[in-house]
Amino acid sequence: MGRIVLENVTKSFGDAQVIPPLNLTIEDGEFAVFVGPSGCGKSTLLRLIAGLEETTSGQILIDGEDATRVPPSKRGLAMVFQSYALYPHMTVRKNIAFPLRMAKMDQAEIDKKVEGAAKILNLADYLEQKPGQLSGGQRQRVAIGRAIVREPAAFLFDEPLSNLDAALRVGMRLEISELHNRLATTMIYVTHDQVEAMTMANKIVVLRAGHIEQVGSPLDLYRTPRNLFVAGFIGSPKMNFIEGSEAEKHGAKTIGIRPEHITVSADSGPWEGTVGVSEHLGSDTFFHIHNSGLAETITVRADGEVGFKHGDRVRLAPREDVIHRFDAEGLRIA
Amino acid sequence: MAIVAETSRFGKLSRPVLAWIVGLLFFFPIFWMILTSFKTDADAVKPEFLLFFTPTLENYLNMTENYDYWRFATNSVITSVFATVFALAVGIPCAYAMAFNPSRSTKDVLMWMLSTKMLPAAAVLYPMTFLTKSLGVFDTHFLIIVVLMLINLPIVIWMLFTYFKEIPKDIIEAGQMDGVSTWGEVKEILIPLAWGGIASTALLCFIFCWNEAYWTVRLTTTEAATLSKLIEGNRAPEGLFFGRLSAVSAAAVGPIIVLGWFCQKQLVQGLTFGAVK
Repeated sequence: MGRIVLENVTKSFGDAQVIPPLNLTIEDGEFAVFVGPSGCGKSTLLRLIAGLEETTSGQILIDGEDATRVPPSKRGLAMVFQSYALYPHMTVRKNIAFPLRMAKMDQAEIDKKVEGAAKILNLADYLEQKPGQLSGGQRQRVAIGRAIVREPAAFLFDEPLSNLDAALRVGMRLEISELHNRLATTMIYVTHDQVEAMTMANKIVVLRAGHIEQVGSPLDLYRTPRNLFVAGFIGSPKMNFIEGSEAEKHGAKTIGIRPEHITVSADSGPWEGTVGVSEHLGSDTFFHIHNSGLAETITVRADGEVGFKHGDRVRLAPREDVIHRFDAEGLRIA
Repeated sequence: MAIVAETSRFGKLSRPVLAWIVGLLFFFPIFWMILTSFKTDADAVKPEFLLFFTPTLENYLNMTENYDYWRFATNSVITSVFATVFALAVGIPCAYAMAFNPSRSTKDVLMWMLSTKMLPAAAVLYPMTFLTKSLGVFDTHFLIIVVLMLINLPIVIWMLFTYFKEIPKDIIEAGQMDGVSTWGEVKEILIPLAWGGIASTALLCFIFCWNEAYWTVRLTTTEAATLSKLIEGNRAPEGLFFGRLSAVSAAAVGPIIVLGWFCQKQLVQGLTFGAVK
C-alpha cells in the first residue's frame, strides 16, 4: 500500500520559502509525475516525501500514518537518484542486497530476491561486477533493482533518466512504465521533461515556484489546461498564444491554439503568413510562420509530406473547437 | 605562438639532478646521525674520523642496557597508537556530521578548531603542569594519550572533513533510504569509501604523535616518558655525547622512517587526494 497525502506542507530554507502551503494526494498504485521548469521545487517536494529534507510545517501521511518526523530509513519508501548513487565499493549483487541486509533478512531469502530482481532487470550477467564497470543504463537498472527488492510502499524517482543518452532514455522510460504495470506500486517521478511526464504518468502535477499549477491526467492537462503556464508547458511543440483583436473576437484576453490544430495550405484559412524555418522530422514537419500579424511566430505541425519552402506565403486554418481561451489573469475561460 | 615553453634538453637532464640534490640534502642529517651513532663518543668529535673510523655497536648496546630504550619505545608506541585511535574515534563522527549535515556555523567551527593550533604551547605550559599534577595525572599514559589526541584533533578533523566532502551526498542519502542507521552509514558506506583518506590521516596523526616532544618531555618524568624524553635525557651537564645521542636519536626516528617508507605511496596519495577526480 502506498497512499501519500501532503497536508499544508511548507518548506523554507532560511528566509526563502520554496514550498508555500501545499496539499496533494497520491493514491495507492498511481504513477504520479512532478513536472516543472528547473527550480520549481519539484525535487524538494520529492525529498520532503522521502524524508531527506525536513518539512517546515504541515503533515505528510503515508498510508494514513503521520510520517512527518519519521526518518527516511523508516518510511518504507525507495528512491532512485539521478546520479544512481550506487555504492562504488560493492558488487552489483551487494548493492541490490544492501537494503535487505540492513533489514536483517535471512541470507537465503536475500539471494532469492536479488536473483529475481536481476532477472527482471536483465542484470543476471553483471551481478559480480562493480558499478564502475557498468554503462549508464545498467547502473540505473541496478539502482532500480536496489529499490524493487525492498518491496517499498512507493518508489521515488528523482530525474532518473536525465544522465542517459536519448535512445537509452526512451528504452528506460518504457522499462519503468512496464515495471509500474507489473508491480502496481505507487511511483512518484520527478522530471523537467514534459514528454516523460505525458508518456508515463497517470497523474501529472505541474509545479511552478513551489505552487501546484494543475493536477490531472496527461490528457486532462493537454485538453483543458487551467492557465497559460500549464498550456504552454504541456505539449510539444509549444501552444501558440495570440492576443489582441483575434483574441477579442473569441471573448478572451489571450487565445491558445496547439500547432497540431492548425492546418496549413496554399489558399484556405482565415490567417496568413510567411514560412520561416521548417523542421522536417519525416513523419511530421514543423513550420514556423512569421508576419501573420497575430504573434511573432506561429508554429504549425503538418504532415511530413507537406512541402512549403522558406518565404512561401501560406494560409492557416485553426480548428475552432479546440481554441483555448484565457482571461486577463491568464486563467482558462470555461 | 605557444605560450608554454617546451622543456629543453637541459631541463630534462637538470630536473632529476636537482631532485637528487634536494633529496640528498634532506637525507644528509639522518645519514650523518646514523654514521655518528656507530662511532665512540671520543671519535665522534675528531675530524680525522669524519668518514673513516672503526664502527662500534657500543652506543646501541649501552642504550638498551643502561637507558632502558625498550621501555621508552613501548611508551611511544602505546601513546601514539591510542592517541591516533581516539583521535579517529572522535574525528570521524565529527567530520561526518560537518561534511554531510553542515549548519550555518560549520565553517566557523572548523576555523575555530584550526585557531587552537595557533596558540603557542608555551602559553599554557604552567597551567597544564600544575593542573595535571594536582589532578594526579602527571606522568601517566592517560595524560599523554589525551594531550597527543587533543593537539592532533584539529588536523585529523580537517583532513577527514576534506576526504568526506569528496563523497557524493547522494550515496549517503541512498543509504538512508535503504534503511541504514547513522552508525550503519559510517560503518557500511563512509569508512569503506573514505578508507584511503582515513588511513593516511591515521598515519600522519601517528607520525605527529610519535615525533611530539614539547609536551611529552614536559609532562612526564619516568612512567610515561617517550623516546623524545630519552633523547632529551641525553643532555648531560658535562656536554653532549654525540655518539650516544646519535644512537638514541637513530633508534627513536628509525621506526617512523621505516613506517613512512612503506606507506609513502599511501601518504602521497592521501595528501593529494581529491586534487584530480
